Amino acid sequence: MAEFRLPANSRINKDGKVHKAPAGSTNVRTFKVYRYDPDGGENPRIDTFEVDMDSCGPMVLDALIKIKNELDPSLTFRRSCREGICGSCAMNIDGTNTLACTKSCDEVKGEVKIYPLPHMPVVKDLVPDLTQFYAQYASVKPWLQSKTPAPPDRERLQAPDEQEKIDRPSACILCACCSTSCPSYWWNGDRYLGPAALLAAYRWIIDSRDDATGERLDALNDPFKLYRCHTIMNCTEACPKDLNPAKAIAEIKRMMVEREHL
Amino acid sequence: MRQRPLSPHLDIYRFAYTMATSIAHRATGLILTAGFAVLIYWLVAAASSADSYASAQQIVGSGPVKLLLVGWLLAFCYHLLNGIRHLNWDRVRGLERHEARRSARIVIIATVVLFLVLGARAFASGVLS
Repeated sequence: MAEFRLPANSRINKDGKVHKAPAGSTNVRTFKVYRYDPDGGENPRIDTFEVDMDSCGPMVLDALIKIKNELDPSLTFRRSCREGICGSCAMNIDGTNTLACTKSCDEVKGEVKIYPLPHMPVVKDLVPDLTQFYAQYASVKPWLQSKTPAPPDRERLQAPDEQEKIDRPSACILCACCSTSCPSYWWNGDRYLGPAALLAAYRWIIDSRDDATGERLDALNDPFKLYRCHTIMNCTEACPKDLNPAKAIAEIKRMMVEREHL
Repeated sequence: MRQRPLSPHLDIYRFAYTMATSIAHRATGLILTAGFAVLIYWLVAAASSADSYASAQQIVGSGPVKLLLVGWLLAFCYHLLNGIRHLNWDRVRGLERHEARRSARIVIIATVVLFLVLGARAFASGVLS
């Protein structure tokens, strides 16, 4: 049964610390950031940071880095490439999951509210524990399984239209924006694989070089692993890479039906 | 080690058409299930005797139940039309972002239209008046 309320240790203390902008700042924006200190023994809180945008880059990640550099060095978040390819800075900004590095502050009206990815165990501040998410990804065996030997003198070839099929699904950066936007994943994340893992499964199922299609479908034929998807479409709306996990899952469901009944 | 807190979810996620249409589909499904009990009661009464039918008519025709019937009609219209949307999705059609947004709008508008048409007919024929 879905648990809609946060556990007692997770409820948010509204009155966090307030960091005012330096006097004389003219272009100030307010950032409300989720904070959790694992060493403090207190519940999570929301801190307020006023940032002078005249001396700040345009993206939400720029603002977070500025806050860490100038206002509070203890603010903790993951980031690496700052160009939307590593997937590290995935978080909930202005109510939707996205990458802080590709989300412009100008896209947000009013206060910029920043939370960690939803319904995940929080390690510290904006850093969620993704152990289970990665384990689910690994469970779909995201590698080539071929029963035929590779040609001795070259790679396994694919026709352009075969490559086309896996082109988009292969662009997934495993940022977890989609899975953690999905209410089904919130309520059944321990048994439902979630959109990211299923998109990866789909990418290998349709790969023309892969010979384990049947085994892959067998592994997903489960009331929870696959069929907890109710086509809510939050995943596709959230994906910062414009991929379509919902459609991939629908394709897998159709393949299940087709191999059993057609 | 202290147990890690769970990050907030429902309270902070922006409520978009995706969640609205999905929750409404579930809610109307539940409402229709409850409505089925009344429909079955009415059918059983009609099949039993003239007396039991007459008393069932009186209950079903009473003001509060008529109001519920209006609600069930609305739930029926939405659940039917959004069900067709889901059926189409199961054929792997209309799953692009812009298509899903458009079909959500179409379902909501069509629900209102169908509800008004069926409601007006029920009202004119005396079922709800």
